Amino acid sequence: MTPIREMFATLERAALLPYLTAGLPTPADSIDLFRAMVDAGADAFEVGIPYSDPLMDGPVIMRASEVALAAGTDATRAWAVLEQVAGLGKPTLAMTYANPVMQAGWEAYCRRLSGVGAAGIIIPDLPLEEAGPLLEAGIAAGVGVVLFVSPTTDPDRLRRVAQADPEFIYGVSDLGVTGERQAVSEHVVGLSARVRAVTEVPLVLGVGISTPEQVQAVRQLADGVIVGTALVRRVLEATNAQEAARALFDAVRDLRTALE
Amino acid sequence: MIPRRLDRPDEAGRFGEFGGRFAPETLMPALAELEREFESAWSDPDFRAELNRWLSSFVGRPTPLQEARRLSKQLGVRILLKREDLAHTGAHKINNAVGQALLAHRMGKPRVIAETGAGQHGVAAATAAAALGLECSVYMGVVDIERQALNVQRMELLGTEVVPVAAGAGTLKDAVSEAMRDWVRTVERTHYIIGSVVGPHPFPWMVRELQRVIGEECIDQLGGEMPDLVVASVGGGSNSMGIFYPFAGGEVELVGVEAAGEGIDSGRHGASISAGRPGVLHGTRTYLLQDADGQVQEAHSISAGLDYPGVGPEHAYFNDSGLATYDSASDLEALAAVDLLAHTEGIIPALESAHAIAWVSRNASRLAGKTVLLNLSGRGDKDLQTIAGRRQ
Repeated sequence: MTPIREMFATLERAALLPYLTAGLPTPADSIDLFRAMVDAGADAFEVGIPYSDPLMDGPVIMRASEVALAAGTDATRAWAVLEQVAGLGKPTLAMTYANPVMQAGWEAYCRRLSGVGAAGIIIPDLPLEEAGPLLEAGIAAGVGVVLFVSPTTDPDRLRRVAQADPEFIYGVSDLGVTGERQAVSEHVVGLSARVRAVTEVPLVLGVGISTPEQVQAVRQLADGVIVGTALVRRVLEATNAQEAARALFDAVRDLRTALE
Repeated sequence: MIPRRLDRPDEAGRFGEFGGRFAPETLMPALAELEREFESAWSDPDFRAELNRWLSSFVGRPTPLQEARRLSKQLGVRILLKREDLAHTGAHKINNAVGQALLAHRMGKPRVIAETGAGQHGVAAATAAAALGLECSVYMGVVDIERQALNVQRMELLGTEVVPVAAGAGTLKDAVSEAMRDWVRTVERTHYIIGSVVGPHPFPWMVRELQRVIGEECIDQLGGEMPDLVVASVGGGSNSMGIFYPFAGGEVELVGVEAAGEGIDSGRHGASISAGRPGVLHGTRTYLLQDADGQVQEAHSISAGLDYPGVGPEHAYFNDSGLATYDSASDLEALAAVDLLAHTEGIIPALESAHAIAWVSRNASRLAGKTVLLNLSGRGDKDLQTIAGRRQ
């Protein structure tokens, strides 16, 4: 069993998967922020690789990408951060976009992920129809590939996503790009039920889930919850790395408590 | 082997190895629906008749094909101008905007969105939306809002909300990204009128079908004669694909002119085919300006409409299969070409179209005695501020 699947199988509650962009506030300080989240009870990580054109991301994560790139987080430094995060002992997934992976080559990229100890990859602009080469490369390298379903995904398509046997299904809980919302989307209950009806592939909910209250509201609906923007915002608002680490510790601890 | 144009991309939306549908999951059902709806509308004689009525009575088609007598004499090349600058709103963009707005109406979507660089597509979308009673929001980079202020006023007069985009370089690439983000949020009631032959399938195919009227009219207007060469500027590539497609695969040489900006060697240009390599941007695989890590680079051009680091995937296919060739012209050459056309023909061209004129002017000796069909894709009123700024 893969480390990610094993985590879902072992935990008796939904897992907490914090998202954070690599290289914040600088490539050198980045690992301290992830370590603070481990101390606060994070179960696994989604590490955002800074990218020039993050199409599925809202203003906060877009800004984080710009800040990280401006701080010198090129591909080499992003790989180094990813390796450090994976070294913390929690299952670690890279979140990036199709172009940088395609430029490196699907197979080479997956081999490198495996080499740095990463457990999986998430590419939001690579839908099922375009994911064939990545799925093959992931199997060959022992790297789990995540596929998405959305409130707009119809049952037939959902079945095809499940049949591709992704590492987990990323359930986009609301229409729109990443970002905080006032309340949990009305779509989320139906989305979860539709996924559960057709597959046992683990379901992780993300997009528009930010607060402990919102996490509590969805914890019965999925095997895991991704919180990104709410954490990234705290890092961008902090004046230095120590302050950011403290803010992340508090936020992740509260989110974890909401899952107990 | 003689290269062949494709009637439509394959089931995966590919022209050869280019194109596809690299889109967020939320949009995938909408893209599939759009493909079905466009297919059904495009084969529906009633829809085609309605579109044709709009094109003739509202857009003013057919646009004239004009002998550029004084320019031809000066360059020693016979030049025919396809006068898309005379279409309603001043550019070819309206052909596509009216077609997609009618489609949105047919699909029951009450709202449309668009991106714009030079503002011509934004104005066209705002115009079509007003005429069909659709809500409209147009995303525009802050740099372009500054250099195309006149078009911002036009859109607002037409009742459209112009949304400034400050991300990135504040130009066309960022406007497309932001329009796509809007669409991911509002897809259930919104149609995205993309302005060029770019984006995920079916957009490149659909926009080409809506723009091929340009080349088809030329063939009618030429009355059996064939030019030696067709030339057009290429940003995303809709005016060029519109005039190229009906000629492609035949005897006529096709030349697309990209923006060389401050020179290809300066790194400040918009020449994706001439200087880029294949990658994925805005849902499609195509030639792309990017660094070694696959980060997309900013394009640079005096012409906001050519200021885009990608290009339509069918152009990438045309390039690789030899159906067309691609060259470039610089900012300075485009500025000189504006003067040239203004003084010889009494026409102020858009800076975009001026790149095609500049290419003919530079290649006049090799073209001596030949007949060149040039797509004058838009008029230059919107560029007066930019042109005046460069003269100071």
